Amino acid sequence: MSMTYGDLPRLLTLMTGDEKHTPSATSTLDVLWVLYDRVLRVTPEHPDDPERDRFLLSKGHGPTSYYAVLAAKGFVPESWLPGFGGIDSPLGYHPDRNLIPGVEISSGSLGHGLGLAVGIAHGLLARGDARSRVFVLVGDAELDEGSNNEAIVYAGAVGLPNLTVIAIDNQSASYGWGAGGIESHFAASGWSAIRVNGRDHDALYSALTTAPGRPHVVVATVERKE
Amino acid sequence: MRTAFVNAVSELLDSDPLAAVVLAEISADEFAKAAARHPDRLLNVGIREQLMIGVGGGLALAGLAPIMHSYAPFLVSRAFEQVKLDLGHQGVGAVLVSVGASYDWAAGGKTHHAPEDVALLDTLPGMDVHVPGHPDEVPGLLAGAVSQLRQGGHSSYIRLSVVANERSYGPADPRLRVVKTGSRGVVIAVGPMLDPVLSAVADLDITVAYATTVRPFDADGLRALADASGTVVLVEPYLAGTSARVVAEALEERPHRLLSLGVRRTEVRRYGTPEDHARLHGLDPAGLRASITGFLG
Repeated sequence: MSMTYGDLPRLLTLMTGDEKHTPSATSTLDVLWVLYDRVLRVTPEHPDDPERDRFLLSKGHGPTSYYAVLAAKGFVPESWLPGFGGIDSPLGYHPDRNLIPGVEISSGSLGHGLGLAVGIAHGLLARGDARSRVFVLVGDAELDEGSNNEAIVYAGAVGLPNLTVIAIDNQSASYGWGAGGIESHFAASGWSAIRVNGRDHDALYSALTTAPGRPHVVVATVERKE
Repeated sequence: MRTAFVNAVSELLDSDPLAAVVLAEISADEFAKAAARHPDRLLNVGIREQLMIGVGGGLALAGLAPIMHSYAPFLVSRAFEQVKLDLGHQGVGAVLVSVGASYDWAAGGKTHHAPEDVALLDTLPGMDVHVPGHPDEVPGLLAGAVSQLRQGGHSSYIRLSVVANERSYGPADPRLRVVKTGSRGVVIAVGPMLDPVLSAVADLDITVAYATTVRPFDADGLRALADASGTVVLVEPYLAGTSARVVAEALEERPHRLLSLGVRRTEVRRYGTPEDHARLHGLDPAGLRASITGFLG
């Protein structure tokens, strides 16, 4: 029986112990659901299909929403969730792709996902796969890391059409992103950019399925981190 | 060695549709022809070393066999966390190829010297290290490292230098190669250190073995060579003592004594030539001879 968005709160309560990162976990919940429910071409039966879409959780903090969605969609068994963070659990406080089916990258240290995504996007094109898309989720504070700037400017310049960044904006970066917001920094490097309500599923779907022929950033606004 | 590397990689891009190269501006001119033929697999990301390693990791995740190349300090230490997390931690590998070595561009000063590179990479699991001593040894080492990747294997580091031995000591071989035999111990000369070592100990009754592959280290080979004296001298063209750990492990079951020679930790704050720096670090024939004869007693 397939699960719905309404099952996620119950699945989330199965994972305890990482309450420090609860705000970062719940900030991503709706984006993750829309991606796995309506956007990504990837199935739990074939999580390693070479022609799948890739989703990279660069912001590896607070992955409980990610695990809940992976469980709801059948990539991992629900029975894994209560063990979250335990010595025998494959589900850590930061995810490891070598331990969890369907997880594309091991993350936790901020600022690694976007560079890896640029490489995957290049690799897919070099293999003649122009259909598969690469989505990478970052946080507004994660963008503090300079490695992201390297990737943003480069990807914009070479114009990778199969790359989409989702920037979750819970206004947690200490110095913010100025009057133009995160999107202005991407747009200045040649990206297509849109800001949407990070809780509005239809708006997220529309923004995430836009294919403007160049790298695309969807800034998803959610509640300010307290 | 860089020319040998560029030629070998250019041929590899022609023959292997999954081979890829990521540059961060360094050597982009040398690779211009290959880039024109393979724009989708020869990528220059600009002066962005974190991105160079990240893109290489991503290419590997997409099923390609990436080679990342730059000046040694920018390839290894500048983006070390990417090397640590974007390759082995992801469960994928790459071939890292540096130029510049410890002080090839001595006049460039500390910012362009990387005596620490092998020691730093040695902290990571799954990182082979090759130190060719002659341009002719480069293609074989590269082919082996790429072949290992193509079979799903782990990463390799190939350390190129403008300092080279007069002649090549044969095809790529991960084993220690005996160049001279004696009875008072064994000197292990790594890569370009072979010629100065041979000059230093020509008239001494001591075995000299040549190593181009130092990780994994040929422990069996060393045990076979180490004689009753238990005397081992390690001469490496990078930070002194970098391989003392693996020599100690190889000989942990038997009494031995080890002299580890290499680039000293002291920052010399001098310019000049690679020969000048070899002398300052006691790695010229006279300096090596003084250290080795003193150790032999």
